[in-house]
Amino acid sequence: MSQTFELVVKPRKGWQPLDFHEIWLYRELLGFLVWRDVKVRYKQTVLGGLWALLQPLAAMLIFTLFFNRLAGIQSNGPPYPLFAYAGVTAWTFFSNAVSASSNSLIGNQQLISKVYFPRIFVPMGAIGALLLDMLISLVLMFALLLYYRWPASLLLLELPVFMLGSFLAASGFGLILSAMNVRFRDVKYAVPFAVQMGFFVTPVIYPLNYIPARYRLAMSLNPMTGMVEGFRHSLLGTAAQWNVMGLSLAVSVLIFVTGLYTFRRMERLFADII
Amino acid sequence: MPPIIEIRNLSKMYRIGAHLHKDETFRELLVRTLRKPWVRRPSPLAEATGYSDDDSIWALKDINFDVEEGDVVGIIGRNGAGKSTLLKIISRITDPTEGFARIRGRLASLLEVGTGFHPELTGRENIYLNGAILGMRKAEIETKFDEIVDFGEIGRFLDTPVKFYSSGMYVRLAFAVAAHLNPEILVVDEVLAVGDLAFQKKCLGKMSEVSQGGRTVLFVSHNLAAVQSLCRKGVVLKEGRLVFNGGANDAVDHYMQMVSGPGETSHANVVDLSRAGTRNRKYRPLLRRLELLTDNGVPLLGGIPIGAPLKALIHFRLESPTPSFDVGLGFDNLYGQRIFSAHSAYEPKRVHEVREGEQVFVCEIPQLTLTPGEYKLVAWVEISGGVVDLVEDAARLTIGESDFYGTGKVPRSGTCALENHWRLQ
Ligand SMILES: Nc1ncnc2c1ncn2[C@@H]1O[C@H](COP(=O)(O)OP(=O)(O)OP(=O)(O)O)[C@@H](O)[C@H]1O
Ligand SMILES: [Mg+2]
Repeated sequence: MSQTFELVVKPRKGWQPLDFHEIWLYRELLGFLVWRDVKVRYKQTVLGGLWALLQPLAAMLIFTLFFNRLAGIQSNGPPYPLFAYAGVTAWTFFSNAVSASSNSLIGNQQLISKVYFPRIFVPMGAIGALLLDMLISLVLMFALLLYYRWPASLLLLELPVFMLGSFLAASGFGLILSAMNVRFRDVKYAVPFAVQMGFFVTPVIYPLNYIPARYRLAMSLNPMTGMVEGFRHSLLGTAAQWNVMGLSLAVSVLIFVTGLYTFRRMERLFADII
Repeated sequence: MPPIIEIRNLSKMYRIGAHLHKDETFRELLVRTLRKPWVRRPSPLAEATGYSDDDSIWALKDINFDVEEGDVVGIIGRNGAGKSTLLKIISRITDPTEGFARIRGRLASLLEVGTGFHPELTGRENIYLNGAILGMRKAEIETKFDEIVDFGEIGRFLDTPVKFYSSGMYVRLAFAVAAHLNPEILVVDEVLAVGDLAFQKKCLGKMSEVSQGGRTVLFVSHNLAAVQSLCRKGVVLKEGRLVFNGGANDAVDHYMQMVSGPGETSHANVVDLSRAGTRNRKYRPLLRRLELLTDNGVPLLGGIPIGAPLKALIHFRLESPTPSFDVGLGFDNLYGQRIFSAHSAYEPKRVHEVREGEQVFVCEIPQLTLTPGEYKLVAWVEISGGVVDLVEDAARLTIGESDFYGTGKVPRSGTCALENHWRLQ
């Protein structure tokens, strides 16, 4: 027997830093949880992975028809469908990730109360499965670029930064909301509504320069403002607004850290009250 | 060598309130806060830790004991004694409120069968998922995969979603995965109770194999016979406190004395039917008490060996003068299947007379030949052929192994043992 291994189970007080060693030890389980979510979704649906394409594609068509053709909203350069698709890709990931992760803990009650593993895997696993969707929908983005003969550029190299930013923002909200959901089931009902409102204060259907310049910084306190702009900037080469994107990135990081902190503080209660 | 598990002053407080507030909404919290604004709402953290008030209970209090490497320890105690809580703390699912447990080894816990099974996934996929959840490496699952499939006897259903499995198959698959865990310390809550008997035996066999390999096992069970045959050491919990720590046989003796000793509100062999078990609300509580005795009226403690006599006294009340009433006693296995019903109407010498008030019906079964295992007793009263009161899970009865046929062969398969004679012609 390895005497090297020793663990003391005792009351924990205050904030616990993330245990990276433990997360490394359990890494395969995180993989399995993501795999489970993806697998189950593909089994229960006829279209499976196609949904990751259909959702943004349908949104693109509807937005183009109603907001562009009928309401006359113009993009800031690229063809409106491309403009909408890039924004929708970022926003769809964010909104699906926040909804899925905020319900993830209460959807895995049995796991939480019967086995030990890093709790953070539950909301993060839910988001991981949706990252895959975002990648699939980006593939179609490139097909659309070809179709509209819109040139991609080296700015593409910046895309991972904005993907990371979206991931951090979604995870931050997901961590806070999933933990609160264990205690207050209101969260379950409030999240879809809040996400819907969020859609309108994020420049998905309109370009940020529709907003008067003096409000733009305030808008970018919404982390997805900068991320949606960033997606368009790196995919379509629209003008960069670094103050907006920079502020949004900072907010994303802040939300993520807050989420981690809240989650770690509340997680020791999950098994008792879930 | 230091003990593999050291438990010191371990205590766990639950706020029953915290449990009730599970579905509390912001509005209710607001109302609560507005009504008593001067009462500072404790943070959720404080609620689970230092905060103490009337609606809190100590599920465990000042538990101290050591487990040496290679020990197989049975943990016994009544419902609510804190057994599961102890295992949950040791497996880090929940934090203790006070004290600590020091664990020197890789630990796997099995608190429920098939944790994390997903109905939409196939048997094959669930083996991987469940294995990973229980702490197995992917490579480890791969090498043991065939063994697991064999053990679970699911063969050609391997690629069928488990939602189409029978409950027996589901349980077998879940156990098969669990039985192939390979930790240094294995923690098992009362999970064996759900399998069918033959499979329970197989798992117990696998587990004793495991413990012979020098593995340390903590085993919670209400099946005292299993504790005695499987464990070397035993720990008895009572209302959150440790009341005995020693050999397994002594622990079982201690427990039996505890549940039957004077001063206890309900004896093991006398069940207060106005409170115990579950009774549908449509019934009036006519059943009063159920007394279980072996022959010669000796109170039945723990269990009886297969083929032994059983005498049951059913106390009940008739609210008005009743000419036609009957009493039944059913024996269900843990799947809820009725194995046998005893009924006063089956008595050929039954005399019908008008009775009123407190009554006692005595049921004698000269040879109770159910196969070894645990059974749930169901008691009911009928008036003019209609059931007027019925208590499910009124008591548990353990049938132990014995040399029923006088050949040293214990009848384990099937649900009952019947006399059978053979000769070559
Ligand atoms: N999450 C919880 N919140 C509040 N009280 C709890 C919680 N879990 C357990 N309890 C209480 O703690 C006490 C001990 O429960 P525990 O489950 O450990 O008992 P047990 O010995 O395993 O019983 P059983 O034999 O029925 O499984 C019980 O009174 C129970 O009601
Ligand atoms: Mg229990």
